[in-house]
Amino acid sequence: VNRSTRRAVLATGAGAALAGAAAGLTYAAGPATAVGTTEVDAGDDGIVPFRGPRQGGITTAAQDRLHLVALDVVTDDADALRNLLTRWTVAAERLTLGAEAAPGGVAGGGPWKVPQDTGEALDLAPGRLTVTIGYGPRLFDDRFGLSDRRPEALRELPAFLGDALDPARSGGDIVIQACSDDPQVAVHAVRNLVRMGFGVVSARWSQLGFGRTSSTSQAQVTPRNMFGFKDGTSNITSEDTDALDEHVWVAPQDVSGGAAWLAGGSYLVARRIRMHIEVWDRTPLMEQEEVIGRDKKIGAPLGRSAEFDEPDFAALGTDGLPRIPATAHVRLAHHDNLGGVRILRRGYNFTDGTDGQGHLDAGLFFLAYMRDAHRQFVPMQRALARADHLNEYIRHTGSAVFACPPGLAAGDDWGTQLFG
Amino acid sequence: VRPRSLALAAAFAVPALALTGCAAQDAEDAAGGAITVKATDTACEVSRTSAPAGQIEFTVTNAGTKVNEFYVYAANDRVVGEVENISPGLTRTFLVDLSDPGTYRTACKPGMVGDGIRADFTVTGSAAAAPTSTDAALASAVTEYREFVSGEADEFLEQTAEFVALVKAGKVSEAKALYPSARSHWERIEPVAESFGDLDPKIDGRAEVVADGMAFTGYHRLEKDLWVDGLQADSPAIADQLLTDVTELVEKAKAVELNPLQLANGAKALLDEMATSKITGEEETYSHTDLWDLDANFEGAEAAIDALRPYLTAKNPALMATIDQRAAAFDEVIDTHKKGDGFVLYPELSPADLKALTAALDAFSEPVATLAGEVAGT
Repeated sequence: VNRSTRRAVLATGAGAALAGAAAGLTYAAGPATAVGTTEVDAGDDGIVPFRGPRQGGITTAAQDRLHLVALDVVTDDADALRNLLTRWTVAAERLTLGAEAAPGGVAGGGPWKVPQDTGEALDLAPGRLTVTIGYGPRLFDDRFGLSDRRPEALRELPAFLGDALDPARSGGDIVIQACSDDPQVAVHAVRNLVRMGFGVVSARWSQLGFGRTSSTSQAQVTPRNMFGFKDGTSNITSEDTDALDEHVWVAPQDVSGGAAWLAGGSYLVARRIRMHIEVWDRTPLMEQEEVIGRDKKIGAPLGRSAEFDEPDFAALGTDGLPRIPATAHVRLAHHDNLGGVRILRRGYNFTDGTDGQGHLDAGLFFLAYMRDAHRQFVPMQRALARADHLNEYIRHTGSAVFACPPGLAAGDDWGTQLFG
Repeated sequence: VRPRSLALAAAFAVPALALTGCAAQDAEDAAGGAITVKATDTACEVSRTSAPAGQIEFTVTNAGTKVNEFYVYAANDRVVGEVENISPGLTRTFLVDLSDPGTYRTACKPGMVGDGIRADFTVTGSAAAAPTSTDAALASAVTEYREFVSGEADEFLEQTAEFVALVKAGKVSEAKALYPSARSHWERIEPVAESFGDLDPKIDGRAEVVADGMAFTGYHRLEKDLWVDGLQADSPAIADQLLTDVTELVEKAKAVELNPLQLANGAKALLDEMATSKITGEEETYSHTDLWDLDANFEGAEAAIDALRPYLTAKNPALMATIDQRAAAFDEVIDTHKKGDGFVLYPELSPADLKALTAALDAFSEPVATLAGEVAGT
């Protein structure tokens, strides 16, 4: 096995992120005003509007915590699925307002009723909770009469060099991404929605994330991943509406016929990237920086002095070799080296305890939104899987792709949106 | 065994409740027609604060800037009526069935969170409701279920006597063959059977009971002898004691007074039992015959639900239909593990098998868990 070809998506984020950083600072002072193409920021009450042209949780300034669940539909009854999506809409909207999942859900049913809300978020502020839904390729098989509505680009991702995917952490018919600044609020949202779905859906896998690894707004500072490096520096931000239209939102002309429901939506790629952090942690600083292609403390591209400086891929060091190595993550993941391909990264750090062999089971839960996973994520990941030096320190253990519909107008719901 | 008879114990505390059927016909007119409510971000103006018992109509207008909700609460914040998600500027009308006179509370909830802006609301008149046909349906449900318990108890005693005889005769393979079948009669009526103090741990206790200062006796001690250790010198004595204990238990089980709420809670208790100690393979550590128990628990829950069927079909046909559909789905899954007259052993189940059983059980348990509310709720 050529270990050095096993790196990957970290870069998608990190590369694009690291490189893109430069742009960020320039307009960081400007407030977000892009109502209409992106949702407005949460107000003082910590409420992100549930309805609007786009779903929350995509360009919403990344919250601190994540609970994401992928579900399989376990019934063949299309009406039951549609009905669940409709009931989920009502509950999700309530939850984002900080309300109980159902009116009087915690204690209002009286002593003999089973509470409709599990209660652990009662009295907690929503913390900018967003609930984002998406649909996997298999949902559009012949079970629910949705095959005519499958977007052409909603196809399983190909295998990449070095993938070590666990089927039990991959795929799924439906995804629910709950993000909040309060982890208990995010977990409560997923718990209550999953519960509503028993008999219709069954959780396939889920992932908790702490510590956002991307900024999706210029008002946010660049966070660090579990390698200790700034990550997501060159991300697309909610303020850059032209880039969002070009790289993130599915355009009407992308989805014709039955798939038109996805216009204005976005594809979500999820990759669970386990980091061999013990090995990384005993790696000297210089090697770490050459693997990434950036200075660790400041985040500047090697050879430059500030985080948001553009990387100079042509610069040579005193030894006559490229200052940013040919296998550096930043170089391979940068959109200049990928034909201009960019994505909106929205990942989270994770630690799922230990692996039973004395090592932390930790890494990056890569989440990215884009207009077409096969034209954006796939070429990016192919480039990284082939050559990224970072592959020595990471392993992709889970993978999924979903089509996330656009936002809901007043009175609309996910069931009607999907089934028409 | 585990302290899973709690649900039953709780039900014993209020035996009368389930029979106070629902009340009153719709009062034709709630004196003066609909009550109007003007909700703002800071106020909740209710046009009248009392009304005669019956169906009362509220018309709620959101004159504020936040999404609002309107609630009518009975004692202890039990919601008797609500209208949710009223956008600013919208007016919504809804009916609340306030058949029982007394003091209620109205509340607007600007922003849909918090306790809301509350006021007292008085329902006048006299309590209606003589016994109705629903009470009769519940009473016959109890009778029917008691017959089921009684029949299973008899079978349990009969097969236990046979099992004990085989153990004492040293017929190990015959005893092993009968073991899961004899136990299935216990498992079908477990919520009733285990409610009699220390008989449960004596008959069905697992080895952990020793930690609680008790002797390890009963079915599981003999299970260990039969499958692991071989019959011991005291096995016949353990078997005799088992028969004595089961005889006493069966007498008590057949004489027990039950109420409809216990049927509902009993069905849920059986499903909870399946989820927490049968699907996990804990119950039959040595014989691995957990699927017999699982199936028997399921049949026991079905029996309680069947007894309640006429009542539920009249009261909430949609719920009854969901329960039936999901029971059938669970049945289909467990049937795939049938082998001969019984089932495959627990270790033969793959993680995917267990996941499918768990998903089907979750699906069935959710609607069954609401039965107590249907039986006892107003």
